Amino acid sequence: MNTGHATTVYVPRDSAALAVGADEVAAALQAECARRGLAIELIRNGSRGLLWLETLVEVATPQGRIAYGPVNAEDVPSLLDAGLLQGAAHALCHGPTELIPYLAKQERLTFARMGVTDPLSLPDYEAHEGWAGLRVAIALPAATIVQHVLDSGLRGRGGAAFPTGIKWKTVAGAQAAQKYIVCNADEGDSGTFSDRMTMEGDPYMLIEGMTIAGLAVGATHGVIYIRSEYPDAIATMTEAIARAGAANLLGVDVLGSGRDFHLEVRKAAGAYVCGEETAMLESIEGKRGIVRAKPPLPAIQGLFGQPTVINNVISFASVPLILARGPAYYRNYGMGRSRGTLPMQLAGNIKRGGLVEKAFGITLRELMYEFGGGSASGRPIKAVQVGGPLGAYVPESQWDLPLDYEAYAAVGAVVGHGGIVVHDDTADLAKLARYAMEFCAIESCGKCTPCRIGSTRGVEVIDKIIAPPSSRQNKPQQVQLLRDLCDTMLHGSLCAMGGMTPYPVLSALNHYPQDFGLARPDREAA
Amino acid sequence: MTAAASPASVTAALLSRHGDRPGALLPILHDVQDALGHIPREVVPQIADGLNLSRAEVHGVVTYYHHFRQDPPGRHVVQVCRAEACLSMGGEALLAHAEHKLGCRTHGGHGATSADGRYTLTPVFCLGLCASSPAVVIDDKLHARMTPSRFDRLIDALGDAA
Repeated sequence: MNTGHATTVYVPRDSAALAVGADEVAAALQAECARRGLAIELIRNGSRGLLWLETLVEVATPQGRIAYGPVNAEDVPSLLDAGLLQGAAHALCHGPTELIPYLAKQERLTFARMGVTDPLSLPDYEAHEGWAGLRVAIALPAATIVQHVLDSGLRGRGGAAFPTGIKWKTVAGAQAAQKYIVCNADEGDSGTFSDRMTMEGDPYMLIEGMTIAGLAVGATHGVIYIRSEYPDAIATMTEAIARAGAANLLGVDVLGSGRDFHLEVRKAAGAYVCGEETAMLESIEGKRGIVRAKPPLPAIQGLFGQPTVINNVISFASVPLILARGPAYYRNYGMGRSRGTLPMQLAGNIKRGGLVEKAFGITLRELMYEFGGGSASGRPIKAVQVGGPLGAYVPESQWDLPLDYEAYAAVGAVVGHGGIVVHDDTADLAKLARYAMEFCAIESCGKCTPCRIGSTRGVEVIDKIIAPPSSRQNKPQQVQLLRDLCDTMLHGSLCAMGGMTPYPVLSALNHYPQDFGLARPDREAA
Repeated sequence: MTAAASPASVTAALLSRHGDRPGALLPILHDVQDALGHIPREVVPQIADGLNLSRAEVHGVVTYYHHFRQDPPGRHVVQVCRAEACLSMGGEALLAHAEHKLGCRTHGGHGATSADGRYTLTPVFCLGLCASSPAVVIDDKLHARMTPSRFDRLIDALGDAA
């Protein structure tokens, strides 16, 4: 039976696939094929990001890769009976992967390789435009690299949306014996997983982006700070760094350029606030992750007091393509001052959750219904939290706004890291507002009073507002108190932890007053 | 590192391995916890000496981060995600179910160990599996799209093996 032509079969190694049994599927495939005398070459690829179809098994055929999902280990015999290895029809077959509308309708720039390649294979990376950006950068003067990033319009994808090129320019202009490149991979926002997918599914892209940053600003040392909740990402990044180093793509004299760039992984320890850049620096230095007052900016005095570029995973990961294809190629996607694409993450109560990379300008309604297929529960969607636990709840009246940093800011919402958490009509927005305050109380670093004390007072005030009528005390006054408290936190906190916790709270109060037992509209009534 | 090694000798080896790195404290604490299951109070002065820090500084770091434990965990460690995406898919009910099943009552962000020392249950804020909620971790293995009945099956399958 074994003709020497093994069929290539792909089973993802992404955490989202492992969590629904991908290892068991891979083992079942190997055992069952061995039993039947069928030759397969099993590749553990990254995830395509069609997460409702995980475990998504793909088979290479002359017609391209054919997708099957969601596959459980028990499905393997029936799939093989039907002719899985020939790409034959089956109840779980979705035809050619690239033609699945969810994927076909995307604009995958940063995530172009995701799920296509074996994440740790250097030949795979090279064959899919890998290191092209770095090679361009090595041939350019440092100032030109910075100019390309500036011209691309790339803004920080971690949430703050600060222009990446300006940050790099500041560090490039600083004088110091040692500069650092730090990647913030403390992706703690609920509803976000694009950083995790990048580190697990395309780690060399992050290495390449950080190396380009090192060349651009004159830094020879980089640190990737990865949350402890991501053990698979830590393992994959660590292995990728070792392999890149062995291939002279990292370390001394990178690609014969005469320049050095060393990279290491630092494991975080479960403090959400360490996603704030200065708290992260403290943590890397071995201290409690307490927020620093700014100025000085980290670009001037960052890690160990030295000039430091700090960017999110997706910001660095966007850079190789910008260098390889030129800044105009990237800038031509998007709208207004939001240029390029955003890998958005459809999460929560959604039928087809996953990663959707699109140019800025798409609407929530398109994302939730055309891509997401509505709620997972089949009930009406009530609220959507965009941009993580510090992002606003966006009501239906705003679902047709273009996803754009400025358009969202104008309505008191944030795009953030592109996480979209859908709630159906069983959600109680007063409880979610209380949760936001409670989360802030648990995770506050404690340095500034509005955040440390305000969050606890916030929980208490919301408890009074939603108390049963019998024990209720002067509700309008409590609502006013909550608004005043939010105002203090917004304007008086040292960082976004306390400064943005009012976003989910106030948006819940303003758009869903009935959940707080208030008449709508409540502003005047309160 | 063998299981028989004393906390002091484990810590000494880690201090000599990491001691010269800038910002060595977190990597050392991670390795101590990975080797011993927790960070015993007795090694805090030793780490402080080794890194030329005060005991208060080391204690401050150990107690600041949710990931570090000062007490040995139960034989099985279970984490249930409490973040918004999991809440939208019944995460709160799942956590309540897990508390009942395991006999551990969590408080806010704090975990608890059952009276018989069998389970430690910890709430966690996001495992990055937000499109396949709710998510849990049982002894380092991720599980998504969790339901109370699947949870029970997974816990029952742990048996008594430590």
